[in-house]
Amino acid sequence: MTIELNFTINEKKITLKTEPNRRLLDILRQELNLTGTKEGCAIGECGACTVVMNGKAVNSCLVLAPQINGAEILTVEGLEKDQRLHFLQENFLKHGAVQCGFCTPGMLMSAYALLSKNPNPTEAEVKEAIAGNLCRCTGYKQIIDAILETEGDIK
Amino acid sequence: MKNFTYFQPENLKDAAKQLGNNWKDRLLIAGGTDLLGLMKHNLERPDVLINLKSIAGLEKIEYLPGKELRIGALTKITDIAEHPVIREKFTALAEAAGQVASPQLRNMGTIGGNICQRPRCWYYRGDFNCLRKGGDICFAVEGRNKFHCIIGGAPCFIVHPSDLAVALQALEAKLIIFSGKKSKSVAIKDFFVLPDADVYRENILKPNEIITEIHIPEPASGCQSGYLKFQEREVWDFATVSVGVSIKKNANFIETGLVVFGGVAPRPWIEQKISQALTGTILKENTISELTDICLQDAEPLEENKYKVVLAKNLLKNLLMRLNNI
Repeated sequence: MTIELNFTINEKKITLKTEPNRRLLDILRQELNLTGTKEGCAIGECGACTVVMNGKAVNSCLVLAPQINGAEILTVEGLEKDQRLHFLQENFLKHGAVQCGFCTPGMLMSAYALLSKNPNPTEAEVKEAIAGNLCRCTGYKQIIDAILETEGDIK
Repeated sequence: MKNFTYFQPENLKDAAKQLGNNWKDRLLIAGGTDLLGLMKHNLERPDVLINLKSIAGLEKIEYLPGKELRIGALTKITDIAEHPVIREKFTALAEAAGQVASPQLRNMGTIGGNICQRPRCWYYRGDFNCLRKGGDICFAVEGRNKFHCIIGGAPCFIVHPSDLAVALQALEAKLIIFSGKKSKSVAIKDFFVLPDADVYRENILKPNEIITEIHIPEPASGCQSGYLKFQEREVWDFATVSVGVSIKKNANFIETGLVVFGGVAPRPWIEQKISQALTGTILKENTISELTDICLQDAEPLEENKYKVVLAKNLLKNLLMRLNNI
């Protein structure tokens, strides 16, 4: 069975045909070559595959392809504008929040989802927003500091 | 993941018809957060997936003041946790919803799916042909059983993993279930089944039945509720033990109380004795300790989970103290 999907990714409208057993993560990495989004545990525990779908952070490994029909999706590739990093990304660099880098795209997207609806989060709110994202390198402190510095209108 | 046919019903009748009257490899998908894990681990191999999201009207929160709260089965857990009326009047549910899994999972996961999620037992989820999967034995009995049940277990010692089910039971919710032609209302206490009644399923749903709404009666004046969860990993985890309580106070006295534990049994576990004992008491720190001592007296812990009896009593004590500002 093939299904047709229409959705928006990083502000670009996409139409593609696929099998219903693919995940959003597969569509991103294999169909659209958006390999910034990483596959970690593939069961929703690590958050490496986090993207923003309709304004909310979700695990793209647990979203079935047919569920994205009509959705607006933002991936880490959509943060950069005109070859300039988003200032959330700049703050990750500034605070040393990137070590091996595997969790970083997911961390950025969880942080972006938080800041889009809450431009001035408390430390507790930042910790809650990245609760679903594992990082084995940094100890989280640098990531939290980078997100806290990125306050205000982020769009 | 095995391929399957993806069916987008326009209404409940079509969905029920697709499900059919026999247990076969036809499954409903709502948020998919539990289902995709089950499919990845080959615990479910559906031929047909039926998408509930294509049916209008299943995602909603309606508050009818003085009567009840109606939550559509496809309502996201995040929306329940953040809803102002639920936080104020149905506090146990909002507190439970806020502690379900991670933000990403709450953003996709639905209340109906949360109630119907499958057990997290590592033998059930892992590569063991256990009783619940049609095998002959429950490996938890002789094996590692730190997170298994302490009451209501035999012959399978799972715990029910849902936070929301515990809170909904404390709030005496009703489930509206569509069964092919018409809808029926089932009290949540009659929804879950123990393994001695059905070792393969955790609830009474028949093959063609679909939960469509959850109704919670308006709490009487003087009612308060709360939910407290202990999890081994602080940031997010399934409940090791949790407790949901609702009490109705009249001045200092407790008029009625309902205590429900999670993480101790294969279903949300109603503690009748303590619920009755609460009636007529004035809660102070020492009376709370005496009261909570009568909890789970019939528990039969396995080798590694005796701690759950103590943990349950302490959680209940903490929650009762919080609800009474002690």
